[in-house]
Amino acid sequence: MTAEPLVHVAGLRKAFGGHLVLDDVSLDVQAGEAVALLGPNGAGKTTLLRVLATLTRPSRGVARVAGHDCAREADAVRRRVGLVAHGSWLYEELTALENLAFWAGLAGARPGRDEVLAALAAVELERVAGERVRTFSLGMRRRLSLARLVLARPQVLLLDEPFAGLDQRGGKWLDAHLAAFKGAGGAIVLTTHSFGRGLAVADRIAILSGGRVALDTAVGAMDADDVRRLYALHAEEA
Amino acid sequence: MTAFARRAWLVLRKDVVSERRSKETLNALVFFALLLLFVFQFSLGDDRDRLAAALPGLLWLGFVLSGILGVSRAFLVERENDCWEGLVLAPGDKSSIYLGKVAGALVLMLLVEGLLLLLFAVFFNVDLGARLPGLAAVLALGTVGFAAVGALFSAMTAHVRARELLFPVLLLPVLVPVLLGGVKATEAVLAGEPLGAVAHWLKLLAAADVIYLTVGVLTFDAVLES
Repeated sequence: MTAEPLVHVAGLRKAFGGHLVLDDVSLDVQAGEAVALLGPNGAGKTTLLRVLATLTRPSRGVARVAGHDCAREADAVRRRVGLVAHGSWLYEELTALENLAFWAGLAGARPGRDEVLAALAAVELERVAGERVRTFSLGMRRRLSLARLVLARPQVLLLDEPFAGLDQRGGKWLDAHLAAFKGAGGAIVLTTHSFGRGLAVADRIAILSGGRVALDTAVGAMDADDVRRLYALHAEEA
Repeated sequence: MTAFARRAWLVLRKDVVSERRSKETLNALVFFALLLLFVFQFSLGDDRDRLAAALPGLLWLGFVLSGILGVSRAFLVERENDCWEGLVLAPGDKSSIYLGKVAGALVLMLLVEGLLLLLFAVFFNVDLGARLPGLAAVLALGTVGFAAVGALFSAMTAHVRARELLFPVLLLPVLVPVLLGGVKATEAVLAGEPLGAVAHWLKLLAAADVIYLTVGVLTFDAVLES
């Protein structure tokens, strides 16, 4: 008997008004697995992440995280997912330390100062722990957003373009963190336009096009050129 | 401290710290309060009788106008960097976030009201000394109601394009009981009457507070998620 996947999506449909964004999408992500969602702008990648994060209700179909229905058991899902989306969720007038402590506290955790500093050290921001976020560069903001996940310890990571704004070191740190997260039994769903970065992290790629999963395949021994060829074939066909 | 109270405290502290550092709202409100006083002083002059009759209304006009400016911004900060999403995804009872926001608005409004009172006393040469405890009780009751309904409407209008217009249009009709009770009770207190003489107005203010806070607590989750 196979264990229930940490992320289970079946027959998912989402329309905004008359505009169909997701159409009969099905996707499973097992514990310890990462799936990279690829696709052109408007393919429905971000909407799928928002449904899984419980920010958007599906029009039809099933979306479950760790066995909990995203539409009906939103609170249970929210306790298990960590989302890094386009917005940084950072308060400009608070320091890096205060921002992390705030979000951890709001989620019900009570991290000590040392724990928060350790999360900042993990993204190499411990030197600016006491500085206000409004002085931070885009890359520093991105790393600080990712540090939230270090403290939150979710079961499922939902990452929308996580490598955007990160420099080489930040990208390498994220690769290592995601590998460790998978190793600990977590599941990851991420969107990316960078095939190389996506391959470095993902065990499977799913190409979305026109709101449908055009291809869902294991990465195996693929390289970035293989993915590019598949992408050209499927993303542009649909 | 319970988890609920702790979350409310976190939101309050975050808002107070942010405002203390940026002073964006406070600076605007202080300037606005000075402007109002200048206009009132200019229009009323030195006529003590006219002043005595108009003072309660002027005070509340000042509180309401500065309150509208201050409280309408309560949830705007959450739109920046999509922090609103984070609040939506925070597990647990969302009404703790609402109460934290109400407390933050209350702190800001009480600061501005204290300043306005002080300036009124100086500009219009009014001796508030003996009347201050009664006045403080009336203001506290009125301000709680204002902050409760103001924070809720601030959340409701945060994503609306014409929010600057919509916010006062929604808020002012609902605030009628607070304005009525506040002005009448303030008038009596300034005339030297004991608080017992205006108990019915104080009860109206307290009832409005309870109703507004209850409605806010019960509806905030839906407002935040919508």
